[in-house]
Parts: sequence; structure tokens; C-alpha cells
Amino acid sequence: MSLRGWLSLARRTGRIAEPAVPRGADSAGAARADAGILAGSVQVRHVDAGSCNGCEIEVAAAFGPVHDGERYGARLVASPRHADVVLVTGVVTRNMAEPLRRTVDATPRPRLVVAMGDCARDCGVFAGGYGVVGAVKDVVDVDLEIPGCPPRPEAVVEALRTVTRR
Amino acid sequence: MSGEVAGEVRVVVAVVLQTVVVVVAAPFLVGVLRQVRARWEGRVGQGLLQPWRDLVKLARKEPLQASGSTVVAWVAPVVVLGSGLLLAALVPTVTTAGPARLPADLFVVVSVLLVGTVALGLLGLDAGSAFGGMGSSRHLTIAALVEPTVLLAVYALSVPVGSTALGPIVEGRLADPGRVVAPAGVLAVVALAIAVVAETARIPVDNPSTHLELTMVHEAMVLESSGRDLAAVELGSWLRLSVLLALVANLVVPWGVATAGDGGPGLPALALGVVAVVVKTAASGVVLATAEVFMAKLRLFRVPELLTGSFVLAFLAVTGSYVIG
Repeated sequence: MSLRGWLSLARRTGRIAEPAVPRGADSAGAARADAGILAGSVQVRHVDAGSCNGCEIEVAAAFGPVHDGERYGARLVASPRHADVVLVTGVVTRNMAEPLRRTVDATPRPRLVVAMGDCARDCGVFAGGYGVVGAVKDVVDVDLEIPGCPPRPEAVVEALRTVTRR
Repeated sequence: MSGEVAGEVRVVVAVVLQTVVVVVAAPFLVGVLRQVRARWEGRVGQGLLQPWRDLVKLARKEPLQASGSTVVAWVAPVVVLGSGLLLAALVPTVTTAGPARLPADLFVVVSVLLVGTVALGLLGLDAGSAFGGMGSSRHLTIAALVEPTVLLAVYALSVPVGSTALGPIVEGRLADPGRVVAPAGVLAVVALAIAVVAETARIPVDNPSTHLELTMVHEAMVLESSGRDLAAVELGSWLRLSVLLALVANLVVPWGVATAGDGGPGLPALALGVVAVVVKTAASGVVLATAEVFMAKLRLFRVPELLTGSFVLAFLAVTGSYVIG
């Protein structure tokens, strides 16, 4: 596409983000006292502990142009050392149990662990599978859960907003 | 004698003010860059204040260091931040005045740049992770290609002035606006602009918002830093970006900058200088972010071609400034 084509596409598209909705009540998990310094700025490291990739698509949508999680101060980062929130999707498989523990250990405090999706909460349809260690809470401490299979992007943004408080 | 001392004091005040302005404004400039990009992509964007919020939060977090990392892991971020602060003081952004005892010539400025570059390279190597080492290797390759271009381009600009200090170069362009459109000057500024884009890790040389470790340059080196170490590295890189962008803006549009004059710049001139540099740098930030949206990152093996091209421009500028003035 030519530069003029791009410019007219950008002009026609304009702003495609959904209008901002007022923030809901704080959930108990995120209201921990030491998480107060995370207000306004939350860096998220996403860990796939054995997901079917359904949740990954919703995470991508939550930070895409339509839902735009960044406008509430949340941002995906490339390293757990930069992160405040470890967002875990999927059941914890045998090969990912130790990497998950190490990722959480590599995240500087104060940190929060968010279990996203029914698999991460209670193993979902994979419960009892031979490669499954358990849900996320069986491996690391979980502060916040997002139900759904997969959760809608709105639910992901809503959960992160209880941490950013914006 | 007392007049001289008063002039000296005013120059020091001007330099301190310039440093403070750059430090306060640098995160806002990054906010502008991200916001412009977000609006082009149809997003709402995170707002201009977000980089400041990130910095404050990072500074209050517990810094973690990888096992096996050495003293470099906490010294390098301080050196990066220090070189950024020194650049903010030395490079004419708000005012062209500088303390007489503090040399602000071309070689000092390039050396200060290089100290930060090398510290960042060592930081990437320190933790011993594969991505950090790859980032450092790329970063220093690019630095080796960029520094000669910066030297040559500023040298070409210094020929008509007869001084390699950046302050007199900007003042010379203010006094004789013909130099802004002189062919040698234009070539030198274009070469410098390409070098600045490479030096500050922007598209097409590096992608500041990438999550893909294999293509990272700057981001790969800071993967292991956390808390206040990360805050120092980030602020240091943002200072470098702001200062170099403001320098290019001041070379292209020199009007508004507070000149040294007799006995240092006065308060009204400084106020005008602050407003002028904020407007100019924000405008060049908007141009830079817009250009980035419509551009893809170059393959790493194509980057030397771009940088060689900018070196050739700088070389032509030097030749041209001797031949045609």
C-alpha cells in the first residue's frame, strides 16, 4: 500500500477503541496493602503454563486497539524482572511447573499472580490428565482469578484495572 | 571582576535549569512518542504521564539481581543515568551558554555518549544470558558505525564557525540563518539525524516496543534489570533520546534558544528558551513517531548499509563545507 493509502486508512479508521467504562469495585485479592505502589502503572508478564492458546488470543485482544488495556496503565513486557503482575494461563503441566516457579521468583516484589481462565483456576477440562501437575494455585500463590473459558477481553482488562485502580 | 563572577553564576544557573528541564521533560517526550503511535493505530493510548508513573513505581520496587551477576549490574545503570545527565548539561537545548571551565566540545560530548553506550553493553553481558549478550554485540556494532558519523557530521557543522563546541555552532546558525539551508549544513544535519535514530534505538534500527527477543537490541540488554536499576537505565536512555532530538531540532530551527550574550543569559531569554525547546522537541517527536508508524524495522544485516549511507553524507558534508563553505 502506498503512503497515501496508509494515511487515508488511518484517517478513515480513526479511533476504534471501545468507550471507557467506569471501574468496578476492588476485589479482595488486589486490595493487598503492599500492592498500593502499583496504582497507575502495572507491567504484565504473561506465562503460558500449558494453555490451549484460547486465553492467549483473548490476552492479545485485551491489549489490541479495541479494548486497549494500555489506556488504564497496564502494559505487557518481555521480562519477569520488569513485571509487577504474572498473568498465568492454562493448567500447569509437568514441564512448566518449575519454569513457572522460577518466573514468579524472578519478579521483584511487590508482585501479584493472576490466574486467567478456568484451566488456570481448577484445571478445567484437563483435570486429571497425565501431564498435569495441577491448577496454578497448587504451584504458586495466586492473588487474583479471572473465570471463563476463555475469559472475555473485557474481563481481563477489568481484572487488571483492579490492580492499576484507574 | 564582580561582573565576571555574576556572569559565571548566571551561566551555571542556566546550565542547571537546562538539566532540570530536560530531566522533567524527557519522560513526557517518551509519552508523546507512544501517544502519537497509539493514535495512528486507532488506540486511545496510555497518556503523557504514563512514563513518569512507570519510573516512580520502578524506583519503589525491590531490585532483584540474577544469580551470578557482578558489581556491573548496579554500577552500569548509574553510569548510564550519569552520562544522560551530563549530556543534558553539556548539549545546548535551552541555552547555548556553558561554563568556561567545562569543555563542551565535540569530542567530550561523543565520549560521554560512548561511556553510556559501553556501560549499557556491559550491563547486557553481565548476567550471562544469551539474549543480553546478543543485544550487547548488536548494540556495540551499531555504536561503532554511528560514532564516526556523529563526529564527522558535527565537525562539518563546526567548519564555518571555527569551533567544535556545540553552543557556538547553534549560535552561529542563529546569527547567520543562511547556514541552515546551506548544502553542506543540510547534509550534515541529515547524517546526524540518521545517527541519532540509530543511537537512540528507534525504528528502523531497533524497535523500542518489541517483545521478540530475537530482534531486540536495546531491550535485550535490560531484560535482567529490575526496580530502581531499570528506572535508572530507562531514564538515562530517555535523557539521551531527548537531548539528541533537541540538538537536531535546535540545529534545524535555532530560533528561541537562549544565547550566552554578555554576562550569561537573562531570565526572560531562559524562559523563552525553555518554551522554544519544549515546542521544538515535541514537534520533532511527533514527526519521529509518525515516521516510525509507517516504517518497518530494517533487517539487522541491512542496518550497516543505512549507517554507511549516513557516514557518506557526513563525509560529503565535511568536503562540501571546505569547498563551498
